[in-house]
Amino acid sequence: MKIAILSGKGGTGKTFASVNLACVAQKAVYLDCDVEEPNGHLFFNPQNITKQKTTVLLPEINNDKCDGCRKCVDFCKFNALAFVSGKVKVFDEICHSCSGCFLICPQKAIEEKPKQIGMVQTGYFNNVKVVTGIMNAGEASGVPIIKDVLKMSDDDALTVIDCPPGSACTVMESIESADFCVIVAEPTVFGVHNFLMVYELVTLLKKPFGVIVNKVESFENQMKELCDKNQINIIEQIPYSYELAKLTSMGKIAVEESEEIKKMFVNILEKIKSEVKG
Amino acid sequence: MKKLLILSGKGGTGKTTVASAFVKFFDNYIFADCDVDAPNLHLVLAKENKPITNDFYGLEKAVIDEDECIGCGECYNKCRFDAIEKMVTSFKVDEFACEGCSVCHLVCPVGAVKMIDDVAGELMLYNKDMIFSTAKLKMGRGNSGKLVTEVKKQLPADTSERIAVIDGSPGIGCPVIASISGVDFVLIVAEPSLSGMSDMERILKTANIFQTKVAVCINKYDTCVEIAQKIEEYCKDNNIAFVGKIPYDKSVSKAINAGKTIADVDCKARDSLMNVFSNTVSLII
Repeated sequence: MKIAILSGKGGTGKTFASVNLACVAQKAVYLDCDVEEPNGHLFFNPQNITKQKTTVLLPEINNDKCDGCRKCVDFCKFNALAFVSGKVKVFDEICHSCSGCFLICPQKAIEEKPKQIGMVQTGYFNNVKVVTGIMNAGEASGVPIIKDVLKMSDDDALTVIDCPPGSACTVMESIESADFCVIVAEPTVFGVHNFLMVYELVTLLKKPFGVIVNKVESFENQMKELCDKNQINIIEQIPYSYELAKLTSMGKIAVEESEEIKKMFVNILEKIKSEVKG
Repeated sequence: MKKLLILSGKGGTGKTTVASAFVKFFDNYIFADCDVDAPNLHLVLAKENKPITNDFYGLEKAVIDEDECIGCGECYNKCRFDAIEKMVTSFKVDEFACEGCSVCHLVCPVGAVKMIDDVAGELMLYNKDMIFSTAKLKMGRGNSGKLVTEVKKQLPADTSERIAVIDGSPGIGCPVIASISGVDFVLIVAEPSLSGMSDMERILKTANIFQTKVAVCINKYDTCVEIAQKIEEYCKDNNIAFVGKIPYDKSVSKAINAGKTIADVDCKARDSLMNVFSNTVSLII
């Protein structure tokens, strides 16, 4: 079973929920798809790490063969190529690696060369295989790394996908294969506003989903009202607590430290399992 | 006019809380929200106003004409974004995966692929009593960097205003890179946690690539004083301006939920943020 954990707003507790959920499963794979800011590994501190590079193909111009026809420059929709002082120049950061220039060049003057944009790191913590996608600073898109991370799921284990915030292309990619989505939301005006965006996304993709309302200061809150009104399934409401905030800040895994929180996450996982079966 | 951008790396550290209060402290009437994926600044700063809206067109998207498609699979083989799906006798484009490169259009031997206009978001400009530029990217769309650039373009170039406050987005990718380019100063709102510190280091590295001046403040520092201390030391060791820390204060979420900025309420978080504000301004001007 694959569970994707997402949120519109950042910092609502996606990683907190993902890490703890993976820890209460018999056997789990934790996939960190928030490749711009991956944090799950800071909690797990995984051992026996192996690394795999993620590369994209970038065009390289052979100036001996190029006759300056500029067909590649005209074709590139991303404006990643320019004709400067008689030569084609490639702007690596803007290139989307679509291979259009390579395909269109009549002189066969373009070759595609791999460039590393990040890596996928795999390690272990008890019953959890911890997979982390890490994008290099200065790169624009982490999608190819997310694709590599998602390949590491395991059919006979619970796969927990920790998504990036928002509802952009990177999130879409991350939840595509999920059997169930969990939206972690904060009961504030900002939280509700951003929740509605991902709510739209999971509805559009026809994904079964439930909500964890996190950092609840009063159980009568705007998120609860909204969910009740729209018959949205609230899986759990987690109260704000200084102790829990502190544990998480220090990089501790809450279910390993507190029996009460462990019970709560075991319960959350059971509820999700029955939803998926049901 | 100088542009001050608020960033954090990690989400939910308090960018919009800080940005909205700064706008009020300045009595500033020119500002922008570049978090086009999840914009929130309008919820506290432009509740009553209606913006002028414009469609934002991203790159054209491919569409395959089923009747013309001969099912050869050239598009499927050449698409680098897994955006072409196999149907029974033809092929179909997944509009969310399509990045608009038009390679399928190029390779189709029978001209069955058409490139069509795509509205990828909405640009908004509030111009009553303020100039506030913001936008909303449509769900599942890429190209957020281009939309961020459009948001910044809506800000006037010639003005007597000294500083424009710009709220940024989390992460270090495309929209963040587009928002950093051309700004004069970046204020990073860090969170005192292992995650917050790791993300702060990554955003500092990104800002450094663009050679932008930066300063760091810590929000909710008392949720973990140990790591707050580490962040301060990190800044000192790396010659990064440290402009202050703000305590956790329940008044903050109360103010936001009432549609106010924390500059509007008398609380200890406001007093600390005022201090962060004056330290930041003295570094910019």
